[in-house]
Amino acid sequence: MSPGKPRRELKRDRAVGGNGSRKLFLRLKVNGETKEVASEIHKTLLEVLREDMDLTGTKHGCELGECGTCSVLVNGQAVLSCLVLGVEMEGKEIVTVEGLMERHRPHPLQRAFADSGATQCGYCIPGILLVAKALLDRNPHPTRDEIREALSGNLCRCTGYTKIIEAVEQAAAMGAA
Amino acid sequence: MQKKAFSVIGKPLRKVDALAKCAGETRYADDLVLPRMLYAKLLRSPHPHARVRRVYTEKAAFLDGVVGVITGADLPVKFGILPSTQDEEALATEKVRYVGDAVAAVAAVSEEIAEAAAELIEVDYEVLPPVLTIEDALREGEGRIHAWSRQANIQKAVSFEFGEVEQGFENSDQVFEDTFFYQGSTHLPMEQYCAVAHAASDGRLTLWSSTQTPHYLHRALSKVLGIPMTRIRVIATPVGGGFGGKSDPFSHELSVARLSMITGRPVKITLTREESFYVHRGRHPVKMWIRTGVKNDGTLESMHFKSFLDGGGYSSYGLATVYYTGALQTATYRLPAYKFEGVRVFTSKPPCGPKRGHGTPQPRFAVEVQLDKIADKLEMDPMELRMKQLVEPNTVTVNGLRISTTGLKQCMEIVAEKSGWRGKHRRLPYGEGIGFAASSYISGAGLPIYWNSMPHSGVQIKLDRSGGITVFCGSIDIGQGSDTILALAAAEEFGVDPAEVRVVTADTDLTPVDLGSYSSRVTVMTGNATLQACRRLKVKLCEVAGEALEVPADDLEMADGQVRSRSFPDRGLPFVECVQKAEARFGTLGETGSYSPPKHPADYKGSGVGPTPAYSYSVAVVQLGCDPETGVITVRKVWIAHDCGRAFNPLLVEGQVEGSVYMALGETLMEEQVFRKNGLHKIPSMLDYKSPTTLETPEIETFLVETNDPEGPFGAKEAGQGPLLPTVPAVANALYDAIGVRIDEIPLTPDKVLRALEGRLKPVSVPNFVFPVPMKWQPKDGIQVPQKA
Repeated sequence: MSPGKPRRELKRDRAVGGNGSRKLFLRLKVNGETKEVASEIHKTLLEVLREDMDLTGTKHGCELGECGTCSVLVNGQAVLSCLVLGVEMEGKEIVTVEGLMERHRPHPLQRAFADSGATQCGYCIPGILLVAKALLDRNPHPTRDEIREALSGNLCRCTGYTKIIEAVEQAAAMGAA
Repeated sequence: MQKKAFSVIGKPLRKVDALAKCAGETRYADDLVLPRMLYAKLLRSPHPHARVRRVYTEKAAFLDGVVGVITGADLPVKFGILPSTQDEEALATEKVRYVGDAVAAVAAVSEEIAEAAAELIEVDYEVLPPVLTIEDALREGEGRIHAWSRQANIQKAVSFEFGEVEQGFENSDQVFEDTFFYQGSTHLPMEQYCAVAHAASDGRLTLWSSTQTPHYLHRALSKVLGIPMTRIRVIATPVGGGFGGKSDPFSHELSVARLSMITGRPVKITLTREESFYVHRGRHPVKMWIRTGVKNDGTLESMHFKSFLDGGGYSSYGLATVYYTGALQTATYRLPAYKFEGVRVFTSKPPCGPKRGHGTPQPRFAVEVQLDKIADKLEMDPMELRMKQLVEPNTVTVNGLRISTTGLKQCMEIVAEKSGWRGKHRRLPYGEGIGFAASSYISGAGLPIYWNSMPHSGVQIKLDRSGGITVFCGSIDIGQGSDTILALAAAEEFGVDPAEVRVVTADTDLTPVDLGSYSSRVTVMTGNATLQACRRLKVKLCEVAGEALEVPADDLEMADGQVRSRSFPDRGLPFVECVQKAEARFGTLGETGSYSPPKHPADYKGSGVGPTPAYSYSVAVVQLGCDPETGVITVRKVWIAHDCGRAFNPLLVEGQVEGSVYMALGETLMEEQVFRKNGLHKIPSMLDYKSPTTLETPEIETFLVETNDPEGPFGAKEAGQGPLLPTVPAVANALYDAIGVRIDEIPLTPDKVLRALEGRLKPVSVPNFVFPVPMKWQPKDGIQVPQKA
């Protein structure tokens, strides 16, 4: 497919996809709910979430671990869901953007992002929200530089990061952690 | 009907879609899944220039799980965004013109099978020598990329002369000549390209796509697929970043449409990040030559500007881009004589197109850096040099641009003061510097892409008896907040909470045409169309309310959910009751509104690029540090003032300004769309294509200047592109202030800084090219005050 150097090797057994490759039953705990899902063993957590669990709130920007867009929380740590396999995730607590909502109530980070204009196209925002949550969970009152450092793996092309950083500060001030 | 103060305009309200985006509810194109859906992949050319002799698809077609395979023969009609340059094919039939040009497409039950099948397609190429530089493209005998080029690989060469240019140089005390190069860069939206097509059994085709221009895509689908527009529905899904990159009709959109028609099943395609670099349509690499004559007091007498654009393999918006590299030089400072020559060439690289600023950041860089040099030579403060000759409001420039309002002076004053300009310029220690530049941009193109006299933007508004307001408009929210603009405009007019307004947008079955999210046109055009529809409805509402309240209709105002008398403040009617009375009187309540830009004063051929309802103005001051050992530049802070006419919603306007500054810093300091000698993209990944992270993006302090433009809705002008323009030259000028050497090339990378410090940086060479005889024009009485329409 790629005219350049192939970045992701296509394995022949993958090529036969639905017919040849085996599906496994995974027991995954996502957003507090444990679910059994049948999934091909080669699938990344990103693919399992989006394709097999209908959790499309998690987005993808490169699927190569370069942009941070697909970040989710695994046992409270921010993880690039495109770089881990679904099969590695059994027994772990996964949180996606859908799980940030407290029933119908937005998380303080979500409210702060919406109120301070931190979301433009919004595509990078789910990943950034989760990385910000991991930051505030371990450091409830980060400095501006600590916020910059924590979010430095998440690309955003719309905002110039300015309002994103302000929103994290605002959420921290509201006691988001 | 005039109210004293605004109730929602000018307030930092939350965007209508903000919470959905933060909750992960927003459905982007790749989030769509339809029953029986197939997945498509494109086979792309590994050669930058080759003839396609034959495409063998048999092996792919027989792979288990493959449902459809198509080649150029299935989509043989050429298309292109501009009617006069229809030179693209969805899948190449004769030739491929860049590495990544699409040749065939496969639909299969899974993405993996589609990918494997595409690899089984064999293409018999006759490899041709690529053309990779502007100089080679201008030379005869290199072989034509497009057979229709009349001279070498030139797509378009233009030449204009406004006023007495030679005489202007003779009147000048000093004449400055410089050359510049501005490298290409790509948009890099976080969302990759994605489209889903469904040809249903009733013969109707629906295409969901991440596109900035659903209406133009609608037209291209009809043309290429050979089915009437009435049978095609285009739904633009919320766009996960555009910046101009999703403004053309694309191969992948046409291919999934055809594959769905052939297979009878929905077909989705999502391009990889690598493919997104090949699709491109980004910033043109441009070489520039500029000659400017000035009096010893800095007064501009004459300017001659040449641009050489590296267009890549297809025309795309290139015809407009070449004009844009010459159109707006006159919009900032009084210029009595101006000559512009521009040429765009084809090369064997991904096609360039409109990226934020569309053809204007490159010349603005050249002009503003040269003015900095001129000020230096004349020993003047560069801000003072400009300040004494700013374009005045209500004037026409020498090339026929009508300037309505300008806040350039206020912008300069505010950033000068806030940045401490006077105390810092030429006064900071070695390695630290401060620079400044100014610019202007259009609030929407004055002409549509295809010639027609219909409105540029249409809105329908429905009022229902619950008091609910629904605004229907073809505009597409690409993150800039166009949905919010519709809601705020209607809420302001009807005096209700914006939460009472629903917006339905970007669906060609449901919404009237808006031309799309490009050229910074949306707020001005959809805003005005919304106001017209609202005001037509208000005539009806006020008629019944006036009767009920026993006051004249023109004594009524709508605010706080009430229709009330201005003279008798105790007489009022809830909005919902008023709507019900009006529905009882007039029947179902709905109105339309539309907007077309005003006619522009210039009448020469080519004058269509540059005019706009209103020009925005921006001024940037950049402070930076440069380490002379490593050449690394660290931007300390950016102060930016932007004349947005009226801050419709200051949160959104600031966001546009900050995003523009960020994107400018990316292309000024690190971003490059560059190719190997064999035409292969050097760095088609987000890791290698460097863009600024939170760590490289400095503090950006934004100041909004309001000039209340008579053409803008509530006085608003654009904000989404203009603030990019001054930031680029402001960085270059600050670098000179820091280290005392000039780099007349973008990006300003550490290796260039070191070479410049060592005196090893060669000046930019420009091709020796003879332009056509210029078309001469000037406004009837020189630079004049226009008559009121």
